Amino acid sequence: MTTAVTGNELADTVQRRFPEAVEEASEGALRVAPDAIADVCRFLREDALQDFDLLSSLTAVDYVEYFEIVYHLTSIARNASVVLKARVYGREAPALPSVVGVWQGADLQEREAFDLMGVTFTGHPNLKRMLTWEGFQGYPLRRDYLEPPLPYTWPQGG
Amino acid sequence: MTTHSEPTIVNIGPHHPSTHGVFRMRLTMDGENILDVEPVIGYLHRGSEKLAEERNYTQVITLTDRMDYVASMTNNQAYVLSCEALAGVTPTERGMYLRVIGAELQRIVSHLVATGFFLQDLGAFATPLMYSMRERERILDLFEMLCGARITVSYMRIGGVFQDAPAEFWPALRRILDDFPAYIDELEGLITDNEIVTYRTKGVGAISGADAINGSLTGPVLRASGVSWDVRVAAPYDVYDRVTFDVPVGDTGDNYDRYLMRIREIRESLKIVEQCVAQIQPGPVRATNAMLFRPPPGESYVPIEAPKGELGFYLVSDGTIAPYRMHVRAPSLINLTLMKQMLVGWKLADAIVSFGSLDVNMGEVDR
Repeated sequence: MTTAVTGNELADTVQRRFPEAVEEASEGALRVAPDAIADVCRFLREDALQDFDLLSSLTAVDYVEYFEIVYHLTSIARNASVVLKARVYGREAPALPSVVGVWQGADLQEREAFDLMGVTFTGHPNLKRMLTWEGFQGYPLRRDYLEPPLPYTWPQGG
Repeated sequence: MTTHSEPTIVNIGPHHPSTHGVFRMRLTMDGENILDVEPVIGYLHRGSEKLAEERNYTQVITLTDRMDYVASMTNNQAYVLSCEALAGVTPTERGMYLRVIGAELQRIVSHLVATGFFLQDLGAFATPLMYSMRERERILDLFEMLCGARITVSYMRIGGVFQDAPAEFWPALRRILDDFPAYIDELEGLITDNEIVTYRTKGVGAISGADAINGSLTGPVLRASGVSWDVRVAAPYDVYDRVTFDVPVGDTGDNYDRYLMRIREIRESLKIVEQCVAQIQPGPVRATNAMLFRPPPGESYVPIEAPKGELGFYLVSDGTIAPYRMHVRAPSLINLTLMKQMLVGWKLADAIVSFGSLDVNMGEVDR
């Protein structure tokens, strides 16, 4: 059975390496500062004791005051999993570093979160609309998204 | 004499027989050689994740059917497992066995479809596809007995399944279990040692194990690259801890290995169903819970091994009757990540085959 590593267990290790990074540790997840997310992820992937080599899932949740980016990591060799989180504030331009450089598997998942939730992943090589089209207005998975009133016309897709 | 050629952009899809739905590839070609690939998706985007926020937990089951519509049972299973983890519901024994029987039959269906279309993409027009569709029909008949539907089943419920299997289900299942090994042998006899198939697929579109893990590939595509990772073994759900089966692993991660993984997994699925039929006991098929499922605030993510790879529903509850947020970890979408690496340097005809070997379902890619 996959060992679910708790946020509390991981907090000390991350704290020792990145003293500023840990924001909150709980049973379910470890929340780190958004600016440090790429460094923490690189450490968790490359450190031989952690070895989280598979990025299972990456998504964003809109809690209105802030966006929470959720990373489900898996270690195939250790058969372990852990949940990382990062909060970004502001609805105009929420942004945090991309983890594509750590796991290539983040590529399409970050594009999806950008497309539907409007979170910018800085450093992503090809961050553009994926499921909707270029010229689409707004971010449909946000809680405050409203469909434009009918009749509406969209610009031509790219 | 030397020839000089300029790169040309070739558009394939979104409506093209080889794109398995509405998938579009923008290929930059130099003659027949592929220089660059850009997948363009979103033509089937229905906003399932947004729709789920406005429905109650039970209604969302019908939305999951329409994601990977070739494997509705496993979509149902991933969703209800996540709901159960959210509220701490324990499904009934018989319900869990029926779920695993449904899920493994669905895996056979999905792999048959994948194999049939893979051969279609290779140019083996219609014959292998019709063979696999013929066998698929028999399993869809079983689904019809279970729940009245063949494709969009909505069979599983929070706490078990919708209803018990009718009496005529078991002899029909028995006949399929008896007949299927011979069918798979027949299908394999056409393909596995076929000279044209091996020539066209061996060594083409290979992905190394390390690249596959880094690109978050899962399922048969990951195992073809030599990584033994199967969620049914790593984190058994329902009754997978009570059955024994092998996890087939490839070595080179080329198109041929990906095909072979699916054929071998069909045989393993038959073994699992066989064991479930021997172990299943009479009893209730669904745990009683409230009419409106209202989990406590919290979140859950329970990955399962769907036919295409790791499928999981990340659910966030705020204590109401509808999910606050639902995210689908869609294996079909994420398995497209390394498409560029697979295709660049090969010919146009190989692009079609390599894409077919990934076995993506556009309903799940776009959701």
